[in-house]
Amino acid sequence: MNEEKRGKYTTVSIPTTLYNRIKDLIKDTGFTSVSQYVTYVLREIVARHEEEKYSEPFTEEDKEKIIEKLRRLGYI
Amino acid sequence: MIPRPHGGRLVNRVLTGKRREALLREAGELPSIEISYERLIDLMDIAYGAFSPLEGFMVQEDYLHVLYDMRLSNDLPWTIPVTLDVDPEEISSVKEGDDLALKYNGEIVAVMRIEEIYGWDKKEYARQVYKTTDKNHPGVAKTYHRKELLVGGEIDLLREPSHPLENRILWPIETRVLFREKKWRTIVAFQTRNVPHRGHEYVQKAALTFTDGLLIHPLIGWKKPGDYRDEVIFAAYEALIKYYYPKDVVVLAGLLMNMNYAGPREAIHHAIVRKNFGATHFIVGRDHAGVGDYYGPYEAWEIFDEFPDLGITPLFIREAFYCKKCGGMVNEKICPHSEEYRVKISGTKIRSMIREGKIPPEYMMRPEVARVILSFKDPFVH
Repeated sequence: MNEEKRGKYTTVSIPTTLYNRIKDLIKDTGFTSVSQYVTYVLREIVARHEEEKYSEPFTEEDKEKIIEKLRRLGYI
Repeated sequence: MIPRPHGGRLVNRVLTGKRREALLREAGELPSIEISYERLIDLMDIAYGAFSPLEGFMVQEDYLHVLYDMRLSNDLPWTIPVTLDVDPEEISSVKEGDDLALKYNGEIVAVMRIEEIYGWDKKEYARQVYKTTDKNHPGVAKTYHRKELLVGGEIDLLREPSHPLENRILWPIETRVLFREKKWRTIVAFQTRNVPHRGHEYVQKAALTFTDGLLIHPLIGWKKPGDYRDEVIFAAYEALIKYYYPKDVVVLAGLLMNMNYAGPREAIHHAIVRKNFGATHFIVGRDHAGVGDYYGPYEAWEIFDEFPDLGITPLFIREAFYCKKCGGMVNEKICPHSEEYRVKISGTKIRSMIREGKIPPEYMMRPEVARVILSFKDPFVH
C-alpha cells in the first residue's frame, strides 16, 4: 500500500538518439539509469525556472511594521 | 538575490484580527487535544512559514513520500516528516473532515482541519529517518515515545505562549525584510546549537568572505541533556560579534525549531528552512546534525548530491584546527603540516573545562566568550 500511495511514475518520450547519447554519457558516473539522469537534470532546470517567477510576499504596510519591530529589537 | 521560499510562497497561517477572535470563540466548542512543547514548536514553524510550503501537519501521502523518497508528494525536496501524533482515545470523538482545537498547557493555540487519521510504523520511521533503530539514538528514543496515530491537516495559529527569548526570535518574513533593508544579496546561514569556539568562527568568516552577510541562527527548542542552554548560546555569540566581527555583516537571530539529530537528512532540512528565511547559502558542517557515530563524517555533504533543485547553495567548509606551524586556524586542505602540529578544537574538551570553571586556551575559544559562559551559574541543559 505504501508503494501504491507514493510510487507514481509516468512515461515521457525522448528520441532514441538522445537516449543513447545519455546512456553513453552516464557510464562510470553515479547515475545508474537514463531515467535517473533525466529526472536529476529536469529537477535542476525546473527549479531554476520557478525561481524566476517570484516577488516578496509583503505589502508596503507589512514592511513598515516589520521594520519598526526590527528597529525596536536593535537589528536596524 | 534573496531566494524565493521553498515551493514559491511563504506560508502564513497566523490568524489576526476579527477572524482570529471569531475562530477562538468557535474553538472553545470544538473537541480538543493537548499537544507537547515540541509539537507546539512545529506548529509555529508551519504557521510562520519556516516550514513553507507546509500548511499543516502531513497527511499520509506526504508522510510516505518524505519517508521513502525525501520529497513531498508535489516533488519538492523535504527530508523530515512533520507530523502530529495522538492516542486513539484522544480522538475517538472526531473523524476526518472535523475541526480539532489544539491546546498547549490547557489553552487553545490553534485549530486543525482533520484531513486524515492514519497509523505509522515507528521502527520503519526510525530506520528511514535516522538510519538506525537503536533506541540510544536520541531521535529514535523520542520517536518510540510518540503516540500511536498521526493526524494530518491544515492548521491556523490563534495564540502563542510567550517565550523568554521571544525578542531574539525572528520569523522568515522578518529576516527577508531585514536582508533587503541591509541590501544584502547573498546571505550565508550558520546553524548552531553550541557556543562558538575558534573553529566555528573560522568557518563563519571563511563563508562570509564570499557573501554580503552572515545569519547566525541558533536553534531554540528541544535539545539533549549536556547541550548549552539557549540564553548561554546567545550571550556567547553576542560577545563574539561585539569583539571580533565587523559591524553590519552579521545577524544573530534565534530559530524556534526542534533538533532531531537525524544527520544527513537533517542537514537538508536545515538548508530548506534557511532558504525560507532568505538565505542564499548554508554552511554544512562535518557530521552536521549528527550524534555519536551513527553517521559518517561527510554523509551530510554527500546527500546534497541528490537534490539539484534545493534552491540554496550548500557550503562545505572543512573542520578547522589550530596549527602550531601555521600559527593560526586552518583546515586540512590548506595546511601542509603533519598531525603533531595540529590541535583539534574539541567541543567536548571545551565543555569539560567549562564544567570545571576553567577558561579554555585562547586558540580554542575567545576569552571574552569563555568569560560570558562562565558567568552563568549552570550553562547546560539537564
